Amino acid sequence: MKEFIKRSEGLWLFTRSPAVMVAAVIAMMIFIGAAFAPWIASVNPYDLSSFSLMDGLLPPVWQEGGISQFMLGTDDQGRDMISSILYGARLSLLIGLSAMVIATVLGVGLGLAAGFYGGRFDAIVMRIADVQLALPAILTALLIDGIARGILPPEVQQDLRVVVLTLAIALSLWVNFARTARASTFVEMNKEYVQAAIIMGQRPIRIMFIHILPNILGPLLVIMTVDLASAILLEATLSFLGIGLAADSPSLGTLIRIGMQFMLSGEWWILWIPTLFLVALVVSINTLGDFMRDVFNPGLR
Amino acid sequence: MFYFISKRLIQSVFVMLAVAFLAFSLFRFVGDPITQMTGVETSIADQERLREELGLNDPFISQFGRFTADMLQGGFGFSYRTRQPVADMITSRIPATLELGIVALLISLVIGIPAGVYTALRPRGVITQTILMTTLIGISIPTFVIGIMLIFLFGVQLGWLPTFGRGETVNIGFWESSLFSIDGWRALILPAITLGVYQLTLTMRLVRAQMMDVMRTDYIRFATARGVPMKQLYFRHALANTMVPVITIIGLQFGGVIAFSIVTESVFQWPGMGLLFLESIRFVDIPVMGVYLVVIAFFFVVVNLLVDLLYVAIDPRLRV
Amino acid sequence: MLRVENLTVRFPTRFGDTTAIENINLQVQAGEIHGLVGESGAGKSTVGAAVIGLLQTPGYIADGKIMLGDTDLRALDVNQAHALRGKRISMIFQDPQTSLNPLMTVEDQLIETILAHEDITAEEARVRAIHLLEEIGIKNAAERVKSWPHQFSGGMRQRVVIALALCTNPELIIADEPTTALDVAVQSQVLELIRSLADKRKIGFILITHDIGVIAQIADCVTVMRKGRVVEFGETPQVLGRPKNAYTRALMDAVPPMDHKIDRFRVPMEKEAEAKGAATGDLAEQWLLEEKTLPEGKNKEFSIGLSISELDVRFAGTRKSIWRKPDDFIALDKVSFNVKPGSIMGLVGESGSGKSTVAKTITGLISPNGGTMKLGDELLPGGRARSRKHPSRRLIQMVFQDPYSSLNSRHKIGSILMEPLWFYGLEKDPVKRQELVASMLALVGMAPDAINKYPHQFSGGQRQRIAVARALLARPRFLICDEPTSALDVSIQAEILNLLKDLQSKFGLTILFISHNLSVVRQMANEMVVLRNGVIEEAGKTEDLFESPQAEYTKKLLSLTPVMPKEWGFNPARF
Repeated sequence: MKEFIKRSEGLWLFTRSPAVMVAAVIAMMIFIGAAFAPWIASVNPYDLSSFSLMDGLLPPVWQEGGISQFMLGTDDQGRDMISSILYGARLSLLIGLSAMVIATVLGVGLGLAAGFYGGRFDAIVMRIADVQLALPAILTALLIDGIARGILPPEVQQDLRVVVLTLAIALSLWVNFARTARASTFVEMNKEYVQAAIIMGQRPIRIMFIHILPNILGPLLVIMTVDLASAILLEATLSFLGIGLAADSPSLGTLIRIGMQFMLSGEWWILWIPTLFLVALVVSINTLGDFMRDVFNPGLR
Repeated sequence: MFYFISKRLIQSVFVMLAVAFLAFSLFRFVGDPITQMTGVETSIADQERLREELGLNDPFISQFGRFTADMLQGGFGFSYRTRQPVADMITSRIPATLELGIVALLISLVIGIPAGVYTALRPRGVITQTILMTTLIGISIPTFVIGIMLIFLFGVQLGWLPTFGRGETVNIGFWESSLFSIDGWRALILPAITLGVYQLTLTMRLVRAQMMDVMRTDYIRFATARGVPMKQLYFRHALANTMVPVITIIGLQFGGVIAFSIVTESVFQWPGMGLLFLESIRFVDIPVMGVYLVVIAFFFVVVNLLVDLLYVAIDPRLRV
Repeated sequence: MLRVENLTVRFPTRFGDTTAIENINLQVQAGEIHGLVGESGAGKSTVGAAVIGLLQTPGYIADGKIMLGDTDLRALDVNQAHALRGKRISMIFQDPQTSLNPLMTVEDQLIETILAHEDITAEEARVRAIHLLEEIGIKNAAERVKSWPHQFSGGMRQRVVIALALCTNPELIIADEPTTALDVAVQSQVLELIRSLADKRKIGFILITHDIGVIAQIADCVTVMRKGRVVEFGETPQVLGRPKNAYTRALMDAVPPMDHKIDRFRVPMEKEAEAKGAATGDLAEQWLLEEKTLPEGKNKEFSIGLSISELDVRFAGTRKSIWRKPDDFIALDKVSFNVKPGSIMGLVGESGSGKSTVAKTITGLISPNGGTMKLGDELLPGGRARSRKHPSRRLIQMVFQDPYSSLNSRHKIGSILMEPLWFYGLEKDPVKRQELVASMLALVGMAPDAINKYPHQFSGGQRQRIAVARALLARPRFLICDEPTSALDVSIQAEILNLLKDLQSKFGLTILFISHNLSVVRQMANEMVVLRNGVIEEAGKTEDLFESPQAEYTKKLLSLTPVMPKEWGFNPARF
């Protein structure tokens, strides 16, 4: 086992950094908890019949008045905090992951093609990226959300919230991928294995995806991780601003927004527990992202 | 050098045109401007006349041309919500946002650059590891959470600082400033820190990464081999070369500072452009949204042109 | 003056400490140039870094003594060691493009260095800097000193680097591959400068290089290193001319001579490789020769020539103004030559001469602006005009310079080698493909189990063999070798050159062999072309060109390339 680990630099470094291991465990637990929320959570926060106002505002179990049925207490509606958080994380991760995947596909596709073809196509993609850069992520997301409000008829707006939010986040993150993919592709284009493939007369699609893509995966993986964290933060921020998800289908950001009302009234857990949870999730993901960056870029160690 | 600057200038004009186009498309296609401007009681015929008067039946390109020309002369249209000229609404809000953004940026640079240099030069020290850990948490806490924490700690628990508004302001011409009174500064501290923390961590990590790259270059190794004193090696050779890429990215970040002020302004009820923008999104107040976009892009473009000039000043290779 | 005794340097890794150099003994006298020669991985740069105290972290000196005069360098603390650098020991790096701070003028860098070590005024330092630049051969020094590094050419920049290393009058200068990045003409000037500094100023030099020619030209004595150990030490003529050690002799055998042509290089390792492959190389050999026996029409393909006439290639220059179109950069100007079927044509030139552009134009990576290319009797369309299915895409294959980038590091060797087989539709049956690839690996001297490995598991020489196998698996008739050995050590170079020669004669391939190295071209080519700034300077039979060059440029190139004097008497190929 030890020999096996030694052979792979990444694994070897992993076993030597306790912080990264802790982060991996936390991230895993949250991912699993979120994925299996319907089976783990004691109540369904979307189902009004599964909880009761009678249990409202119970503190966590270690504080006076807390009961073991609700380990982390309840909110004003009587919802179990653990269940709310698990469902909230599920939604946050769902949106974050889908947005990240869409941004990756879009950004990497455009970046690869821009780097491969160069010339006019490259210029167009980069000018679009310039414009996108002038309008930072949060602004783009807000804007798309605003447009959706203006265009979509009110009756479908609620149903499409998650989709709009996901798209808004995805469209504000694609530039990172496009720029990185393009820069890496330029480097690869000068390498002789790519020239060999071009000389053979292989199809551009094959050269881009079979030859170049596997070689630029390293930096892209790092960005995917970091941008997953950004996407989750962005979703939380939008929901916090009241632009994102409504209170009846709360994500982590919405939970924090609801909790704000209780900041001054002593029911601290309604605000701080979801906040802690969100921060733990994002810190873990970012720690893993940093770790990967170090593995792929040994100079930063 | 002239070519470099003029190329950048052309790119900037392109970005501005593209953003103006975006704003115009917003105005034109998201909802019908006529129904927004008129009430329910206006007859169809009147609506049509208004449409003709406003030139909304003209070809798309000429409408866009007129829109751009109006913008250049400061004609930004009227808000759907308040019926006031958008230009007045925005300009009255600009000082608040700019002061907040610039102070936040200064905080991030004044702390971020030295911290980045230190952590690059002592990559294995305890202090470095602590700083790195802290900044990791720094980029992982959403801005609004930082705001809430600061409000909770300094506003609610300790009661030292105000938690909303700009405090006492002083008018200098049209510019309403909170930089000239103690009360204004007290109000500014928490929002500026909130906004600055994220930028600070970014700046620090960037400086660190670039500095470490530079420290591995041949010219630094050669300078070490010639026995150039360490202080000069670090600051005259390494830091100067580090700043070349760093200022570019700081320029790009400036847009981020202004944009993230939306969140900060919302948390602290800071009466800046961001708050206005949020309100306009809630009410689908398209003209305000569009103009906000154009103004943000304009700031971004101007700052980046200044950065390019600075770039030329630092790097002799561009001064051909 | 410098005495290194039993020096051992180790690097901690996750597999435990590895020893980079072990028990190194070395002495350098004032005014002496001490050559440190060896192939990659020999640890020669580590010796230099250890002496000047700039070992790459986390390397450390495990044992040994380094004495400079009476100073024990290992006993110094960090500050003392740093004060000594520049003052008493200095260093010259390989690449002048990257060893100067781009943001400071030459003047500032010189003055700063002088003031760091001497208690004089800035004005005095400035005067000294200008004198030094003049001495080093920079004309109009009082003016040029105010320039930034990017305003100097490569050779001039290396002079500035030397001036910087020299400005504090050190006793010892460590020169790590000081001329590797330079062209022959500039190399010879820089070497002369180093020699004269050693003679006039009595500076001791440690000259680290992989190039035996450089050592032969200026070093007083030589230490030969291999795998972190010293294998031989002595006066230069003795070590190079009458090597005692078997490794040194093998190394000298592998150096291509400039003054005559040998049939094959003697390479001890080669026997093993051939023995390993002998059993299974037949299938691939049969397969390659098959074509010859194919019925009518195909036969003429067996050997195929290439003729190029009036080839023009221009690139868009860098734009300097938005109004004016940039001037074109002329890469090739009316280049014509003819490669006879079944022969090897050498293409020689310095960097920037356009020799790689020729290769790229023939393979269709670059569109020519004028001229024609013919493969056999068929017109060869250039650049985009050549369709993806054009037959020449199979018939012309290329072996690239850098074996580290010419194989896709994410693909297994098997999949890299099978690509041409299915792509060109040469072998439909996957099982047969597998057999053929294994056999081809054997033919180029590799073990067939390479199929399941990745490129990073092989050395540079092995990768180049794989690259040759890939080219052969397309069943080509025309092979372009663009500097195929310039990234390799001499002994590996000898192996690859032997392999190419064997394959060429066995399969009647036509080869265009591109190189900056004259002696390699002499060993390989029947005919050759000398290219300079996109223009052909001279063309003809290789032997004629070497024996009686006509063009001034060719004469200059031949005379400036460092070689071993004949009277030292080592005769590499005694067949």
